Amino acid sequence: MSATRPQPNTIPLPRPSMVSQPFWDSCSRRELTFQRCNQCQGVTFIPQPACTHCLSTDLGWEKSKGKGSIYSWTVVWRPQTPAFEIPYAIAIIDVDEGYQMMSNIIGVDPKDLRVGQRVEVSFHKMSDEITMPYFKPTGS
Amino acid sequence: MAKHPLHNVAIVGVYNTKQARVLDGYTSPTITLEAIRGVLQESGTDAKDLDGVSIGGGLLNTGQFTYLLGAGPAWRGQAEGRGIPAILEAASAIATGQCTTALVAAGSANIYTQRESTAPWTRPSNEFVASWGLFTAAEFALIARRHMHTYGTKPEHLAKVAATIRNNGHINPDAIYQGRGPFTPEDILASRMVADPYHLLDCAMTSEGGCALILTTAERARSAKNKPVYILGGGRDGFGPSYHHPPAFDLVGRSDKSYPLGWVGRQAAERSFGMAGINPTDVDVCEFYDPFSFEIIRQFEAFGFCGEGEGGDFVMSGTIEPDGEFPITTDGGLMSFSHGGASVQLLQRVIRGVQQLRGECKTNQIEGAQIAMSTNGGAGALFTDLMILGAEQP
Repeated sequence: MSATRPQPNTIPLPRPSMVSQPFWDSCSRRELTFQRCNQCQGVTFIPQPACTHCLSTDLGWEKSKGKGSIYSWTVVWRPQTPAFEIPYAIAIIDVDEGYQMMSNIIGVDPKDLRVGQRVEVSFHKMSDEITMPYFKPTGS
Repeated sequence: MAKHPLHNVAIVGVYNTKQARVLDGYTSPTITLEAIRGVLQESGTDAKDLDGVSIGGGLLNTGQFTYLLGAGPAWRGQAEGRGIPAILEAASAIATGQCTTALVAAGSANIYTQRESTAPWTRPSNEFVASWGLFTAAEFALIARRHMHTYGTKPEHLAKVAATIRNNGHINPDAIYQGRGPFTPEDILASRMVADPYHLLDCAMTSEGGCALILTTAERARSAKNKPVYILGGGRDGFGPSYHHPPAFDLVGRSDKSYPLGWVGRQAAERSFGMAGINPTDVDVCEFYDPFSFEIIRQFEAFGFCGEGEGGDFVMSGTIEPDGEFPITTDGGLMSFSHGGASVQLLQRVIRGVQQLRGECKTNQIEGAQIAMSTNGGAGALFTDLMILGAEQP
């Protein structure tokens, strides 16, 4: 089995909201970011208008090192729409800064996916506005 | 004498229209209307007696059907026919005197037309979900995978659930997939992979259909045409919007009493068993929601029928068969009976529970069934709703 790859830029691309725009802007700069609360220091992801720990709206953006481990995964063989190329691997990633995010794991043979596997962010530009933060096995 | 306000409410009418993969010639409003006509006739209810309405049928909703039926002035359900939330909302309105006889209905046809994609209601639009290619099978797979990792649950356990439910549908003349079996767990495992660990036959089908229920006061139910079925308890647990956030088994809320998303439904179940004054062992038939095979295992653990992580072995021991201690999803459920869109199959878990307690199931009638548990949702969608039904008023 060959390794999973990034999707073509014809997939339904993210349409940023006012709250999430800074996240996608940072991806275009090849930086993975998340919100941290200036009051309680809690981490919030996906982008929210208020801290999910203390409800403060005093949130700042912080840069992640882009590393983490796979919390759970699936490999899709029947695509959501024909825009997606199969197979693709979806994972929930425990990002080292202490939050979870969903992404696709690229550069991996589906039979080698494991819970706990170390992964790192791998950016792929889809358009002038959107760069997707994929993840790949660390060191690959 | 009723011990809980919900015990003063009875379900006196249930009806399913014809269900099919595609209902040629129907639209959502027309199949919903057929369900409404059917339940009025089945229950011997005069439309003039309706003073509560909760309906979702695509283009037509509660307000429009209230006008069409001439039911005004009527209590209007905000859950618009959407499964157990709509039934519990109507039951609460009856229990608190806001109305006396409520119609709950839903119908879906001619909605899933782009067959090269997964059904529209399975596809999220959220920017942190859609672009990763998620759809419901993948969301629910992420929950199942984590349980398999933590507890050693195996694909064979999941396949046993799917084979059991599909065999229930195989013998049901009203099921869309009647005659498609019988299935062994090996057949499930041999079907093509959709979203690992879910094979095609671990997943619900998509279909079209309509259905409806009528609820009224226990007092009025005493003179009803049908044997009334009583509401013993019910509740709803959610962790957030469906298909926006990672469906992580270990997601917890802020409350000290919070438990992980993987056990969503536990609080609602504990409270519902409390309302009913019963324990899981008192349940005679489990009309559990079956969007994906693992969800049955998860519900047995979440509701306390077995210990955490024991669900895989629990379903292998014959327990969930029609002649077992806790028969599951006896009509074939979403996998084989029908999955008519966003609402219909939600209501149908309760409809089947009512039919079991009336003792009128054509197939898999559980002899002497007194208590049924019906459920909706699943951890992949961040919610579980449930109801406990009884053949007798407490």
